[in-house]
Amino acid sequence: MSTWPLLSLVTFLPLVGAFFILTARGDEETVATSARYVALWTSLITFLLSLFIWFGFERGTAEFQFVERVEWIPSLNIAYHMGVDGISMPFVLLSTLLVPLCVLASWDSVKTRVKEYMIAFLVLETFMVGMFCALDFVAFYIFFEGVLIPMFLIIGVWGGVRRVYAAFKFFLYTLAGSVLMLLAMLTLYFITGTTDIPTLIYEAEIPRNVQLWLWLAFFAAFAVKVPMWPVHTWLPDAHVEAPTAGSVILAGVLLKMGAYGFLRFSVPMLPEASAYFTPLVFTLSVVAIIYTSLVALVQNDMKKLIAYSSVAHMGYVTAGIFTATQQGVEGAIFQMLSHGVVSAALFLCVGVVYDRLHTREIDAYGGLASNMPRYALVFMVFMLASVGLPGTSGFVGEFLVIMGSFQISTWLGLLVASGMVLGAAYMLLLYRRVIFGVITRENVRRMLDLGWREKTVFAPLILLALIFGIYPMPVLDVMSASVENLINNYQLALGEQPAPNLLAQLLPQSWGGAL
Amino acid sequence: MLDVLIVFLPLLGAFIAGFLGRAIGDRGAQLVTSGGLVISALLSIVVFADVALGGNARTTELVTWIDSGAFELSWALRVDTLTAVMFCVVTIVSAIVHVYSIGYMAEDKSIPRFMAYLSLFTFFMLMLVSADNFVQMFFGWEGVGLASYLLIGFWYDRPSANAAAMKAFLVNRVGDVGFALGVAGAFVLFGAVQFDLVFGMVEGRMDVVVNIFGIEANALTAICLLLFVGAMGKSAQLGLHTWLPDAMEGPTPVSALIHAATMVTAGVFMLCRLSPMFEFAPVALQVVTYVGAATAFFAATAGLTQNDIKRVIAYSTCSQLGYMFFAIGVSAYSAAMFHLMTHAFFKALLFLGAGSVIHAMHDEQDMRRMGGLYRKIPITYGLMWIGSLALVGFGIPGFIGFAGFYSKDIVLEAAYAAQSAAGDFAFWMGIIAALMTAFYSFRLLFMTFHGEPADRRALEHAHESPPVMIWPLYILAAGAVLAGIAFYGSFVGSGRESFWGDSIFVLNDVIEAAHHVPFWVKAAPMIVTLIGIALAWLFYIKSPALPATVAERLRPLYLFSYNKWYFDELYDRLFVRPAFFIGKGLWKTGDGAIIDGLGPDGVANVTRNLAQRAVRLQSGYLYHYAFAMMIGVVLLITWYMFRTMG
Repeated sequence: MSTWPLLSLVTFLPLVGAFFILTARGDEETVATSARYVALWTSLITFLLSLFIWFGFERGTAEFQFVERVEWIPSLNIAYHMGVDGISMPFVLLSTLLVPLCVLASWDSVKTRVKEYMIAFLVLETFMVGMFCALDFVAFYIFFEGVLIPMFLIIGVWGGVRRVYAAFKFFLYTLAGSVLMLLAMLTLYFITGTTDIPTLIYEAEIPRNVQLWLWLAFFAAFAVKVPMWPVHTWLPDAHVEAPTAGSVILAGVLLKMGAYGFLRFSVPMLPEASAYFTPLVFTLSVVAIIYTSLVALVQNDMKKLIAYSSVAHMGYVTAGIFTATQQGVEGAIFQMLSHGVVSAALFLCVGVVYDRLHTREIDAYGGLASNMPRYALVFMVFMLASVGLPGTSGFVGEFLVIMGSFQISTWLGLLVASGMVLGAAYMLLLYRRVIFGVITRENVRRMLDLGWREKTVFAPLILLALIFGIYPMPVLDVMSASVENLINNYQLALGEQPAPNLLAQLLPQSWGGAL
Repeated sequence: MLDVLIVFLPLLGAFIAGFLGRAIGDRGAQLVTSGGLVISALLSIVVFADVALGGNARTTELVTWIDSGAFELSWALRVDTLTAVMFCVVTIVSAIVHVYSIGYMAEDKSIPRFMAYLSLFTFFMLMLVSADNFVQMFFGWEGVGLASYLLIGFWYDRPSANAAAMKAFLVNRVGDVGFALGVAGAFVLFGAVQFDLVFGMVEGRMDVVVNIFGIEANALTAICLLLFVGAMGKSAQLGLHTWLPDAMEGPTPVSALIHAATMVTAGVFMLCRLSPMFEFAPVALQVVTYVGAATAFFAATAGLTQNDIKRVIAYSTCSQLGYMFFAIGVSAYSAAMFHLMTHAFFKALLFLGAGSVIHAMHDEQDMRRMGGLYRKIPITYGLMWIGSLALVGFGIPGFIGFAGFYSKDIVLEAAYAAQSAAGDFAFWMGIIAALMTAFYSFRLLFMTFHGEPADRRALEHAHESPPVMIWPLYILAAGAVLAGIAFYGSFVGSGRESFWGDSIFVLNDVIEAAHHVPFWVKAAPMIVTLIGIALAWLFYIKSPALPATVAERLRPLYLFSYNKWYFDELYDRLFVRPAFFIGKGLWKTGDGAIIDGLGPDGVANVTRNLAQRAVRLQSGYLYHYAFAMMIGVVLLITWYMFRTMG
């Protein structure tokens, strides 16, 4: 098994599936059906293959694993270089898990251009997985930008009424960011003469003043993707107009690309600049948590509300990463994974009622607990996971980030923790307005509870949300060595001794601190 | 092994009733959950004998939970005397409430759901009291909050119930922020979150001074205060109490179990569990004393004028929790636990008794519409008398009395014996609150059972509750009568040291001093109680017109009490409405006008104009992309050339 190019297989298998769908012939209905089945089987097999990565991954080392390296453009020293470490590997799994669920969730709800739709999703999967595996930034850039194209199409073609506006906004924002990132990458290449990510992480010495500019350029790209306040306004629109499965991937995976970029580029390659800009990141993160939570409180559109909550949750992530503490960074990564599962599931929850009533207005519902008890339960689980109730996956990430933040600054800890109250406020309000109360409308009364396909889609997500809350060790084990390595290198670069134990490092000067 | 069974049987019951409710039916769900709880309660008594009386404290590790750097902890069950006492209180009251609910909820349409919630709550509560680290305690802490939320909002078609449920969750969350930050602080100061490790280090680090929220402060004091904020939320102390009266929207058995006997005492339990920390933070203890005393007083004043039978008892709970807290504040942890235990019995009895009244009156809760009920429901009447006498602490000083007599007196004596400003404040507040307690308790009895019936027809239809509701009350009544005299010796008497073992830590044994206070201190609570009862008799039996006259004369005071010191109105103006107002502003103005207006929409307008004017060659977005990329490359090359040449 170890000799197989496993990462490339997982990355490009979906493309093969897409090719098969492309060749399908026959009348429209036959093509649609076969497209669905091919997409489902392809994504399922991809997922099963990716399990080999999960189980074959050696814990306790920060080395890149499953490494593949082929010279690509030798004259420019550019290679096709793939590999995963404890930080990227879980995201590969998250991507491969969500795609088959998306295919299932779109089974009946997408009726037009099914063939193209399924192709778009499979291509999207290739780009997503490739992005997390790429260890050369030429490939990384291609995958990173490539993701935009199918997503743009998914929103623009299968989206809602204002889909063109949303797609355009989405594109404009991310475009502005990625141009700057391209510049930064080229500069890096001109300075160091390499495009190899591990080399850049471990060997490159970049002058401080250059670091600052590069950091800002990367920041522009990643902050838009996260999205951080104030470049977040594309997200609510994109979510609202995207079809359900589009929202699932958008919230589940695409939002993680920015934070992953911070972990892969900004912090390890530009440590001095990262330290310099840390207060900025903290400020934006805290504003994101409080500001977007308040905005979420007054939304009338279910998807918009959850979209805003995503921005708030990603505020935890960015704050956690830049605390550069073991708890903060692990919490941030865990929060990303958890959010990938939970917010994806919440969008699926919205999709369930949207499929039945074709509206996302919160006030159009109410009282669903009486005719859709199973749905109420499922929604409840994810609502609670979203507010970070202990025992759900949301808690572990959130709590670790609070732990990490408080070590850096008590104010940061307090402000981040205020999200615990605000997050509960808007989610409980949403749940109350949709699920509780008395049914007043006839069309709501006629709504049916979850069907078997919907149950199949929710089952794995519920399991993950609960298991990772009660027993998060498998995930923490995978990432701990890589995170430790990341932090040690960061501290080394800043001229600090990597702390052998936390106490010596923290007592007592670290209280107060930054903000 | 027994410990594991005690904790997980309720969870098992909850799962079976919750997920297989349809398969096993209402009766099946009731049997499974109640059966599980009865077994749990019996096992708890066995464990109590083993641990508290036999001295076999132990910790069972289940599995690693979180391991992130130095932040490592396991799921574990730590059972010492403190936990064993809570095991007994929680499982016994819970078992009784389960059985009682069979009768009380008989006509409800979602019985399995109700039983499942009750058992789920019990599981979380047991996890809370058996935690061996902060984070598992937080798990139980938020878990009981969830169960409380679900049960308050059990009748989800009532808007008021939904609002109350949300309010309970959110106010508790405010406290939980304090808890979480306290845990974070403890982790920073000690590098660990396991109780044993932390407790071992407290003395060595009691003098560390840090900058917290911009203030130079003692780290341990700051941590203790943050944790206390958590306790204030869960135990409804002044400032974070507003959710408790509203929580009475839930079914009455819920009020008895969660909002009287168990969950609301979690804060008291937490502070006792953390006694090795609080003992070294005297300033924090003072704050606890003042807050507890103020709550005891405040809640008693609010209880004087409420008309909803359950709300009166709710304020009484709030007030009694205040007693427990100021007992902790003067380091009388064992007295606090003693009062917690007796209070669980008589307050559950009062609530379930009130439930029986409500049941008899067909869901009427307003005491003004009751009256003269004693002939119709004599057993309930008798039980309510027992509960009320236990609550007001009736007894003959130095001789014998109801359960509350022993526990409330030792609490007040300890406050007096503390010989501090805070202790004195607590003592006098406690005495005044005792007077009011007696008044409102007997006001409740008299308004409900005596006097002229307000509604004759309702009275005609009133009926005594079925045996399944009455029999559990006998057990509680026995506890309300006997728990004080039976456990005085081991909880706060001469056997207290061997009884508590290492589970409670004190620097100065204030209990010993409390046993040697002057006689007037021992007699004072009883005297004010008798005055309170006499006043209630005068107001509601002797001359029933008097209350209205007094309310008229002292209208501002009456309104202040009746509106619970206007806390709800204040919070609404201060937090709720501004949150929505600001949210709307940020959305429309911040996101809409400013960010989008200057950002994408603005840019889009500009580019659209430019594109229309300058170029009509291409259309579509790919063009924009390529164009911008080209500009970028040009800029880069220019910059690079300048750099290399210059």
